[in-house]
Amino acid sequence: MVLGTYKEVVTARSTDKQIQKIAQDGGIVSALFCYALDEKIIDGAVVAGPGEDFWKPEPKVAMSSDEILAAAGTKYTFSPNVWMLKQAVRQYGLEKVGTVAIPCQTMGIRKMQSYPFGVRFLADKIALLTGIFCMENFPYESLKTFISEKAGVSPELVEKMDIGKGKFFIHTADDVIALPLKETHGYEQNGCKVCLDYVAELADVSTGSVGSPDGWSTVLTRTGTGETIFKAAVDAGVIETKPVNEGKFGLEMLTKLATQKKEKAMKVIDEKKAMGLPIPYKASSEKEDPLANI
Amino acid sequence: MLARIKQFLGMEAKPEEVASKQEVEKVAEEEKTRPRIGYIHLSGCTGDVMSLTENYDILAELLTDMVEIVYGQTLADVWEMPEMDLALVEGSVCLQDEHSIHELMEVREKAGLVVAFGSCAATGCFTRYSRGGQQAQPSHESFVPIADLIKVDCAIPGCPPSPEIIAKTVVAVINGDMDYLQPMMDLVGYTEACGCDLQKKVVNQSLCIGCGTCAMACQTRAITMTNGRPEVNCDRCVKCGICYIQCPRSWWPAERINKDLGL
Ligand SMILES: Cc1cc2nc3c(=O)[nH]c(=O)nc-3n(C[C@H](O)[C@H](O)[C@H](O)COP(=O)(O)OP(=O)(O)OC[C@H]3O[C@@H](n4cnc5c(N)ncnc54)[C@H](O)[C@@H]3O)c2cc1C
Ligand code: SF4
Ligand code: SF4
Ligand code: SF4
Repeated sequence: MVLGTYKEVVTARSTDKQIQKIAQDGGIVSALFCYALDEKIIDGAVVAGPGEDFWKPEPKVAMSSDEILAAAGTKYTFSPNVWMLKQAVRQYGLEKVGTVAIPCQTMGIRKMQSYPFGVRFLADKIALLTGIFCMENFPYESLKTFISEKAGVSPELVEKMDIGKGKFFIHTADDVIALPLKETHGYEQNGCKVCLDYVAELADVSTGSVGSPDGWSTVLTRTGTGETIFKAAVDAGVIETKPVNEGKFGLEMLTKLATQKKEKAMKVIDEKKAMGLPIPYKASSEKEDPLANI
Repeated sequence: MLARIKQFLGMEAKPEEVASKQEVEKVAEEEKTRPRIGYIHLSGCTGDVMSLTENYDILAELLTDMVEIVYGQTLADVWEMPEMDLALVEGSVCLQDEHSIHELMEVREKAGLVVAFGSCAATGCFTRYSRGGQQAQPSHESFVPIADLIKVDCAIPGCPPSPEIIAKTVVAVINGDMDYLQPMMDLVGYTEACGCDLQKKVVNQSLCIGCGTCAMACQTRAITMTNGRPEVNCDRCVKCGICYIQCPRSWWPAERINKDLGL
């Protein structure tokens, strides 16, 4: 299963006009956290908030909808959100923490929950783990290269960045610059090359843009918690859904990209293992499903 | 129970069971011979056993119905070390203290399973910095993790280990849940821990993904994240090993996680 275990997959978006305007895609992450805050399902959420430099995020503990919305939108560089979970529980005193995480961050969080060696009274306080799809991530200097050098724009003018249809799009107020993805090759984070998870297989709810039309998101509910909270948000009218497109521009596309990512990573894993380099995953010959995230 | 312990040592069949609070309750209800547990206090600070007692909600049940504490300073008024199914050893060993060495050897003889309980026992932790020259024993200068002197079966590092991991381990031992315990058996070999392992074994190996789990887990807040990579303040690091152990790129218990999440 290249999309992981899930209960349901739908196309969805926030019904809130303001969220629609500022969100990356369907605003599912922001809408879910705002809803969960209002309903006291969580008492705060760790998000990738704005940092000191343009487009360089900093993990923040958001305790209000305004703070959640200030973090909307994708930043294509590191935001070590897992780091902030401890502060959320210790300094902010949160009992029920929400957090948004790319797949590798969900791995850190889930491992900590199953084996909480030094992590005292934290594992059971993660109340909602919203995962986002991720093909790869970039060091901040790579991002700066794309914006300043390759697109020739100054970072403060950039309003949105977006990867899709084989291009890296840089939007300003009056222009869209499209870099072919091959221009970004060689600038990715190295650790991503062995990553076997595209769609945040271990999150409560996973969401991303691939598989749904512009302005909408693909959503997979996975755990009981995820299913309950997502359904409640839909019932409350905070999120609207429609059936996911099963065809070429829907689930088929998502499955294809997930498979490609995993196949590429498995090749690198096998090569590294053959060289005797340490790698925490099994070789393809050692597992039943060669594309499983184990 | 003894059969299970033997199984544990011999690493025979692996029964499938999940360690959780519900399991604790289930196990407590069943009629079983309670494992005899001892607690041995070497050069440690009692923090590890304090952490055990922080399992308030299950502790009474654990102590009355599930295990029998047969030995241990601060826990039982027993002077002669008895035979034990499982011994939790806290603290590292001082090579200049013959009593400590003797006690450790005795534990190995009398216990079915020896557990390095806490990072001092497992990795030496902050006693790695000891160098003698203090009253009233200026010659007491060399402290090593217990696996340097005896065969250790299982390690539960942490400074201290969280109350949850202690509860999960005890339950897994009672259930003979080998799958859950396997990483702790593997960790016995990880005695030379340091924050710089993140650099050597993760960043240098092109495995780091900047998730921040290490910085979250560090119990002394020695780690900050700079440009998506861990930066260890060596002056704060106590060499407990927790950052590297919690890193998702050091070892990856995928099957257990899926099971715990019901996926
Ligand atoms: C590095 C990266 C790569 C991605 N690759 C893909 C892809 O290949 N295919 C795909 O379909 N989707 C991808 N996404 C996800 C997509 O860009 C959107 O984040 C997702 O669809 C959520 O949109 P939304 O409108 O629901 O969220 P919004 O309501 O806009 O909220 C976005 C949330 O993401 C958080 N966030 C932003 N940047 C980061 C970051 N760097 N690390 C952690 N959290 C962050 C914000 O804090 C915010 O809470 C990627 C995201 C990232 C961060
Ligand atoms: S590709 Fe994988 S490792 Fe890289 S940032 Fe995305 S989830 Fe993390
Ligand atoms: S936990 Fe591991 S992968 Fe994550 S930031 Fe730390 S060293 Fe890197
Ligand atoms: S950096 Fe922190 S977690 Fe890592 S070994 Fe040092 S004290 Fe322990």
